[in-house]
This record gives sequence, structure tokens and C-alpha cells, in this order.
Amino acid sequence: MEFVPVKTCLVVDDSRVIRKVARRILEEFGFDIAEASDGLEALAWCRAMMPDAVLLDWNLPTMSGLEFLRQLRQEPGGDSPTVVFCTVENDVERIREALDAGADEYIMKPFDGDIMACKLAQAGLA
Amino acid sequence: MTPQDRELIAGLCAARAGIKVDASKAYLLETRLAPVARREDFAATRDLVEALRRTRDERLIWAVVEALASGESCFFRDGAPYEAFAEDILPRLFERAAGRPVRVWSAACGTGQEIYSLAMLVEEAEAALQGRVDLFASDLSERALEKAQSGIYTQFEVQRGLPIRLLVRHFEKDGEMWAISPRLPQRVQWRRINLLADLSRLGGFDVIFCRYVLAGATQEARARILNSLARTLAPGGFLFLGDNEGIDGLTEALIPVDGRPGLFTRRPAVRAAA
Repeated sequence: MEFVPVKTCLVVDDSRVIRKVARRILEEFGFDIAEASDGLEALAWCRAMMPDAVLLDWNLPTMSGLEFLRQLRQEPGGDSPTVVFCTVENDVERIREALDAGADEYIMKPFDGDIMACKLAQAGLA
Repeated sequence: MTPQDRELIAGLCAARAGIKVDASKAYLLETRLAPVARREDFAATRDLVEALRRTRDERLIWAVVEALASGESCFFRDGAPYEAFAEDILPRLFERAAGRPVRVWSAACGTGQEIYSLAMLVEEAEAALQGRVDLFASDLSERALEKAQSGIYTQFEVQRGLPIRLLVRHFEKDGEMWAISPRLPQRVQWRRINLLADLSRLGGFDVIFCRYVLAGATQEARARILNSLARTLAPGGFLFLGDNEGIDGLTEALIPVDGRPGLFTRRPAVRAAA
């Protein structure tokens, strides 16, 4: 039997509903899910165990998604996770900021399962 | 609509555009024709069908056929055909073309996602390689063509298949919508074309995209469309069909390209149209 390693995805969003929706979709793609409701908590998670992917909201209580991403990319091994923003921020300038900070893909809320599947495929995760 | 109404609609779609409509799918017909009925000031779809039966008004017939022709579309659908186009086929065609423009046709462009996906790849290829491309796009539906030419899409539409880097490179936000950079629609030659019509005057395309059209066509229309498209291919040209769309029993004019599902090239014996 071939051993297929499970991919891990950290879902970072302060909305429990969004985390639940994202978890359901991502689990269908074979991800093992961890959750964080804030950038600081997410950073602690990554320091303990670097995930394969991060689904990241922008507006978070104590550390924004953008700030988390900038810090993540400075961490040892922090360049490896594929980071997909998932946010209501939909201005071109905001998207450029996210890409400059090291985001791999970007989902504008509201989204559905098809959009998530497209974006995961583009980010090389599905 | 009565079963007879639905049979009438299915018959018109098959005769005018080779579109296969399942007359038993009452819900599909109702949902597609309700907007046409509203636009044309009919109280209900059955009144629209009654007017069709009574007047045989060509404009009304085409409004109905077009409404049933439109399908789902997304940017870079299936991914692999676009990779093959950009990484393999276009560089080969540039080399072979020796300076003349390579002619690329999106034969059923719908609301434009296919031709714009190609246009974005073409821009990159032209910048990186020695070569030029002329882009052509056509569709049966006037309304789809209008939307395609406008280049304006909803947030949902731009998130289906379009990588984020291409979104920020080629689109601007326009209120709640996203508008493609005007240079892309401007470089495409747009035309309303019924693929069942005589296509011989269009000939000489190096690449034709006609993906997921045959799946919705009658058996007779499939053979006719495939043979017409084969005649419009330049020697050594390529035809992209949908990944699961085959040509078995439909035409002798095309041969599949090994290892590339949905990709065909012209059999050398077929003469190109003028």
C-alpha cells in the first residue's frame, strides 16, 4: 500500500462560521485542518508545526492577516506554506499588497466551493 | 409550456443551430426562456411559444435559440489545454510562421472567458518570443458576444479559473464589477457566427478552440461542425475540443494528437479553404 502523506492546512479567520465552511471544503480535498482565530495564534501554530497551506483572512483582532504573512515569511521554514488569502478586501491595491507580502493566491469573499476548488488548483494544492 | 411547446422549441434549436435540447426537461426550458419572455413583453413562456408558432418571427426564434445555446464558462477551463497552447503549440507555430501572424479562433466564445484566457497567454508569448498572433472570436449568441466585448465580469466570474496575478495585471475594478483592460477586447476580431453555416470563407486558422460545443449538439450537427472546422484549419493547425469530446464516427478529416485529450490536427489529405 502506498503511503500518502496528509496535507495540513491552517484556517485563520475570526469567524467561526467561515472556519467551519472552509474546513468542510478543504477536508474534501484531503486536508487535515487546524484552526486559528487571529494572526498571533496562527503564528504560534506555525512555529510549533509548519502547515502545508494557510487559508488566511485579512481583518483579524490582534494581528492582521497581512502582518501575519509578513512575519511568517521571515520564520525558519516560513517560505514553504502555500498561503491563500480569503477576505472581503477586494481592491486591486490590497491584492497587490498581499502578493508582495508573499501570498500565493487570493479569494475574495463571498466564495463558493467551485471558487475554492479553482484557487486551490491554481495554488498547486488540489 | 405544454409538451408540444417544448417539442417545438427543441425542433427549432436543432434545425437552426444543431443544438440538442431535451424536450422532457421542462424546468430547464422554463428557466432559460423566462428572461426572453420578459424581455419581449410576454406574460408567460407559453405566450412566447404561442407567438413563435403563430408568427415564425425570425428575430424571436433566434432569441429563443440563443437562450438555449448559452452554457457555463470560466477562465482557463481545464487548465491543460491552455498550458499546451502556451508552452508547446504557440512556440512551434511562431517558428513555423516565420513572421506572418498566427491565426487563433475561439469559435464559440460565449461570454469571452476563453478568448481572453488565450489573449493573456498570447500577450506573454509575444513579449517573450518572436511572433505575432491575430485573435478571432465568434459565437451564435449576440447577447453573449455583447457581454464578451464589454469585458466586464462579476467577482464570482473573475474568480473562476483566473489566477490572481492575471486578475491584477489585466483587470481594473469598476464598482462591484471587474473590467478587462481595453487593449484585450480591442485586439480581438469579433463576429456572430453559426457553426452550421458555410465557414469556407473563414479559412486558414492555425488554432481553433471549440470546446464543449459538440456535447450540446445533435449527432448530425456534430459531424457537420467538425468537418467545417477541419476545412478552416491551416495545414498543421490544431483544433481543441472539450477533454471528453471525441470525433469517432463523425469525421475522417481530423486525427487526435497523442497524449493530449481533446486536441486534434488536420489529416493532411483535407484541402484548406481559400
